[in-house]
Amino acid sequence: MIETIPTQLIAIGVGLAAVMAFIGLNGLVLVYLERKVAGFIQRRPGPYEVGPYGLLQPLADGLKLVGKQMFTPKGADAFLYWLAPIISIAPVLVCFLAVPFGPHVTIFKDMNVGLILILAFTGINVLALCLAGWASQNKYALLGAARDISQSVAYEIPLLLSVLPIIFMTGTFNLYEISMGQGSWPWQWHVATQPLAFVIFFICALAETNRAPFDLPEAESELTAGFHTEYSGMGFGVFFLAEYAYMIIACSVATVLFLGGWNGPLVSGWWWFLTKVYLLLLVMMWFRWTYPRVRFDQLLNLCWKWLIPLTVINLLITALVVAI
Amino acid sequence: MIKELREAVTGVWSMLVGLKITGKNFFQPQVTVHYPRQTVESLEGYRGHIDLVAKEEDPYESKCIACGTCYQLCPSSCIDLRARQQGAKAQEILPPHPDMVNMPIELKKKVAHPEEMVREPEYFYLDYNYCSLCGLCVQNCPSGALKFSSDVYLAGYSRQEFEYDLLARLRYQAQKKEK
Repeated sequence: MIETIPTQLIAIGVGLAAVMAFIGLNGLVLVYLERKVAGFIQRRPGPYEVGPYGLLQPLADGLKLVGKQMFTPKGADAFLYWLAPIISIAPVLVCFLAVPFGPHVTIFKDMNVGLILILAFTGINVLALCLAGWASQNKYALLGAARDISQSVAYEIPLLLSVLPIIFMTGTFNLYEISMGQGSWPWQWHVATQPLAFVIFFICALAETNRAPFDLPEAESELTAGFHTEYSGMGFGVFFLAEYAYMIIACSVATVLFLGGWNGPLVSGWWWFLTKVYLLLLVMMWFRWTYPRVRFDQLLNLCWKWLIPLTVINLLITALVVAI
Repeated sequence: MIKELREAVTGVWSMLVGLKITGKNFFQPQVTVHYPRQTVESLEGYRGHIDLVAKEEDPYESKCIACGTCYQLCPSSCIDLRARQQGAKAQEILPPHPDMVNMPIELKKKVAHPEEMVREPEYFYLDYNYCSLCGLCVQNCPSGALKFSSDVYLAGYSRQEFEYDLLARLRYQAQKKEK
C-alpha cells in the first residue's frame, strides 16, 4: 500500500504537518510573548497565574477559544463567512515553502520565484479579510474590510519598491541564493547598503500584517473588532493565528533580504535565522505598545507622500549605481 | 517644503523618544504587586472617594465652609450639602452710611457684619455610585476641606452602602483615632 504512494506526496504531507505545527507553536509562543512584553513595558508582571511564570496561559486561552460555540450571524452569507478564515490561513502555509531557515533547513533550495511566491500569496489575505467583512452582515465588519483593502493596496506599492533594490543588487528572486550572497558580519548584510529600504520594508510589513500602529482594520475602539467582529471561537482564532503567521513570514523575508538570513558571526545556522526573526517580532511588539493608532488620513499620507517617493528615489539611485 | 521636512524630522525624533521611554520601562522593575498575595503598605497618591479634612484644632469639625463650590462643579452631581449659618447677628445695626439715611428702617436693620458670619455644613452627602473621580471638587475647594481617601478595598452588597454621610464619617474617624 505504502509503496504505491509517491514519496513526494509523503514529503509534502510531512512538510505541511511540520509547517502547521510550527505555525501553531509560534502562535502560542507569540501570544505569551506579546502579553509579557506588554506587561513589562507597562511595568506589571503580565500573565503569571496559569503555570510557572504564566507559561500555560496561551494554552488555556487556546482551549477556551476551541470550546466556544461557533455561530453564523443571521442574514450572513454562511459559505463566504466560513470560507474567509480558511482563505486567510491557507496561503501562509505555501509561503513557508520558500523561506530558507538554514543552509540545510530549506524546503526548496532552487525555487527561483521564492520572493514572488511569498509576495503573491500574502496578498490573498486581503481577499480573506474582504470576504469576512462582506459576509458578516455587519457594518463594523464591512468598514474594517474597506479599511483593510485601502490600506493593503496602498502599502503593497512601497513594499514591492523597497524589495526591488535587493533584487537589482543580487539579480535573483531566489531567497536561498540571496541568503548565501551575504556574509557573516552585519556590515556584509544588505541592511548596510540599503538601510532606507529596510526601514521602509519594515514599516510596510507592519501595515500589511495589520499590526499597531496600523491596526485600523480591527480598530477595537472605533469598530468593535473590525472585520472579525462577528467571528466567535476558532473562527476568530484562525484569523489570529494567520496574523501571527504573516508576521513571521514578514520578519523572515526581512531577515533574508536585509539581515543576512541564517548567516551570523561565529557559527551560522537556523538558530541565527530564528533569533533575527524573533528580534524583529519583538520590535513589532515594542512598536505596538509605544505608538497610538494612526488616523486613516495619516496612514495614507505616510504611504503616498513619504514612503512611495522615498522608495522610488532609493530604487533609482540603486539602479544607477548597479548600472555603473 | 522645508516646513514639511522639518515637521517630518521632529516627528521621527519624537517617535524615537517614545521608543526610548517604553524600552527603558521594559527593563525596569515592575510597580504592581501580586494581589491578593501581596498588598502595599503605603497608599499615598491613591485617589479614592472624597473625604472631609478635619480642622487642626478640632478633629470632630470639618474645614468645610459650605460655600457649595464642590456641589456646583461636580459633573456627576453626586455631592449634596446644605449650609448652616451661625453667629450672624441680624440685630446689630451698623452706623448708617450718609446715602442710606433716607432708606426705610427694615433695610438698614438687615445689615450684619460679615466677619461675624460662620457657615458650616449641616449635612454633606456623597453618592459614590455616580462619582467619576475627576477630582474637580478637591482641586477647587477654597478652604482645602476635601481630600481623596485611600479606601482601596471597597465592597458592598447594595448601592446604599456607597452613599456616604461624610460628616458622620469624619466624626467616626476622629473617635477611632481617640481610642
